[in-house]
Amino acid sequence: MIVFALRRTLGFAATLLLAALAIFFLLDLLPGDPAQFILGISATPEKLAVLRTQLGLDAPAHERFVGWVWGMLQGDFGTSYTQQAPVAGLIWERLAVTLPLAGLAMILSVLVGLPLGIIAARWRGKGVDTSIMVLAQMGVAVPSFWFGMLLTLLFAVALRWLPPGGFTPWSENPLLALRGLVLPSIALALPQASILARVMRTALVDVRGQDFIRTARAKGLTMGEAIWRHGVRNALLPVLTILGLQLAILITGTIIVENVFYLPGLGRLIFTAIGERDLVLVRGATIILVLAVTATMLLTDIAYALVDPRLRERSPS
Amino acid sequence: MTNLMKSLGLALALAGAMAGTALAQPSEVRIGVALEPPILDPTAGAAEAIDIVVYQNIFEGLTRIDQNGEVQPGLAREWTISPDQLTYTFKLAEGVTFHDGTAFDAEDVKFTFERILAEDSVNAHKEFFTPITAMTVIDPLTVEMTLDHVVGRFLFDLGRGDAVIVAPESADNNANEPIGTGPFAFVQWNKGSRVVLEAYGPYWGEPVHLSKATYVFISDTSTMTNALLAGDVDGTNNFATEALGVFEGNPQYQILVGTTEGETILGTNNRKPPFDNLKVRQAMAHALDRQAIIDGATYGYGTPIGAPFAPHNPYYVDLTGTYPHDVEKAKALLAEAGFPDGFSATLKLPPVAYARLSGQIIASQFAEVGIKLELINMEFAQWLDEVYTNNDFDLTIISHVEPFDIGNYANPDYYFGYDNPQFQALITELNGTTDEARRKELAVEAQTILANDAVNGYLFELAQTGVWNAKLTGMWQNSPIEGLVLRDIRWTE
Repeated sequence: MIVFALRRTLGFAATLLLAALAIFFLLDLLPGDPAQFILGISATPEKLAVLRTQLGLDAPAHERFVGWVWGMLQGDFGTSYTQQAPVAGLIWERLAVTLPLAGLAMILSVLVGLPLGIIAARWRGKGVDTSIMVLAQMGVAVPSFWFGMLLTLLFAVALRWLPPGGFTPWSENPLLALRGLVLPSIALALPQASILARVMRTALVDVRGQDFIRTARAKGLTMGEAIWRHGVRNALLPVLTILGLQLAILITGTIIVENVFYLPGLGRLIFTAIGERDLVLVRGATIILVLAVTATMLLTDIAYALVDPRLRERSPS
Repeated sequence: MTNLMKSLGLALALAGAMAGTALAQPSEVRIGVALEPPILDPTAGAAEAIDIVVYQNIFEGLTRIDQNGEVQPGLAREWTISPDQLTYTFKLAEGVTFHDGTAFDAEDVKFTFERILAEDSVNAHKEFFTPITAMTVIDPLTVEMTLDHVVGRFLFDLGRGDAVIVAPESADNNANEPIGTGPFAFVQWNKGSRVVLEAYGPYWGEPVHLSKATYVFISDTSTMTNALLAGDVDGTNNFATEALGVFEGNPQYQILVGTTEGETILGTNNRKPPFDNLKVRQAMAHALDRQAIIDGATYGYGTPIGAPFAPHNPYYVDLTGTYPHDVEKAKALLAEAGFPDGFSATLKLPPVAYARLSGQIIASQFAEVGIKLELINMEFAQWLDEVYTNNDFDLTIISHVEPFDIGNYANPDYYFGYDNPQFQALITELNGTTDEARRKELAVEAQTILANDAVNGYLFELAQTGVWNAKLTGMWQNSPIEGLVLRDIRWTE
């Protein structure tokens, strides 16, 4: 188990380094100049030169790369070109929205998706199964931004129960902050819950035909008891894989929903920064995302091993 | 939430009433704006979004531009100009403090302009102030500026966001914690979400009506629509024209249609064949149907222009008839220029709706005369790099949003590359003239030259289309300068 975790951790570090290289040099190839963006269409070459020097843009790429990585190892992510504020602080502010939002959406999708999947599998082929699967199909097909719009129109514009968007900082009023996350997390959770329900159902249906379920039934358990006690744990592996991927998607891919609900999340921060060629900020935020995603994967792998003892003995490929 | 906001506003208003001011209405406003400023220091960046939040709200200059584009006294209450027009003596307002409590005096004025003119200055409009050769503090409330040549619009330039007065104690932190002398003080900025301002109690000038103003950043049009409908924001200064219909005829909202300083042009690379040929440019001018472009790209809310000049400017002359829409004439001119079968060119479009929509319409209008356009969409940073800096383009569409920016045409290195010594001499004379009647003559002549030379395709003046709660009053209908001035905004009834 220890060796397994160590090997995974080494792989994790290597991934981070490769990602840092790719993020840095690919972005360096991007046409466009942050100094030009800041000064706009009345910039003179002299003013541009002054600003480029101030921003440290005139050093060679490899020097800037080493400086960047060295800074990050010491916890310094640099200063944003266009916002003139420390990158770490800017990202931290946004994580206060993105992480709770991803977490809420995750919880919602598990609470809704897994039970529906289990119910569908238990009564496979019955009406309840068909209805759940039709709903799940729709849930996957509906774009989350459109669903978000519908939610806003109903709950914010027509009923006025919840705000149409925006975010109150946690420190100011945690209740209002939470209220602001309700509609976006529902919008985000719908497709995820639908996918989870489908995966859970398929996995359970596979397990249903296995010998150990027949044995459990032969011992006198009802189908429901057999599925609950023996089936669900065995069906959990593919579900865990999907959950890991979904968490990564929820952390990195919420930009459209953030736009619909004008939430100050990480996605919008990166989107704006790319447009303004604020490359320090883009790099810092991207590396944090890589870190979050690879850490999620690492945890998923370890969680596998915990759920399935067989994986601990096999050498991981 | 809205009710909560209103009761909060009411509570604040009541507190205000108890404090002795005659406020009886909710005095808080939430304004939706599409773009979030990168920083809040208007002297260190060109982004219009900065001025929208801070201009005349947090920061003030020596002069102030009013909603008709006229120069009014600001921190300078009065001034005298020497007979040779080279020395300006400003009498400053008394009892002014910055929001951090430090006093404002003539030294701050001197500091502000020394900072703009410094070697390492990144002020977006340093060039407006380089004529200043000396500044003398005569007494704490009097400052004298000497110019090396006459500058016709010096008092206007002093009223720009780039020239607001800052203090040596706080200037370095203005990017994220702006401290000025204006009627509203900065409270907080939740990046990505909102900026909160509060009325500054010890403000030296006339007290403002609002006690609090929050700018909420909403980039998506449908989202902005919902935020307005749900009452999460009380208004927005410039709403997408395609969605204005949602609010038309709804008594809870008012739509304010006004002018801006944005002349939208079909930018043409005059350095490059075939666009260096006047006949080709005239042919393109004849091929343009402005009204069709305005209807298609702005839902009818633009004003046609025949030269790069704002129609509401007193110096404006209507030149839209110089090259009227005439397909046959355009074809004949192209044939004369040696292109009987037309030619192909690229049209590079920045990511703004008016440009993308106009581009498609112009492509079909040009196709009628045989000019085949390839449309290339690009991000703004890429546009700045390729089109603006490296002049690697045939045609582009962009709005020039600065007041009185006709002087760009006197710069042969400007991106469209128009090099006409006669025009350059004219602009030099205009800049050095302060006599109104003569200035007007020169400005009309300048417009006429640019119209005849068809330097660029002149399309339309952008409109400002605000949507506001019907109970709000005091918003600027026109936008003669970049900004969203809160000074007169208040709730009625």
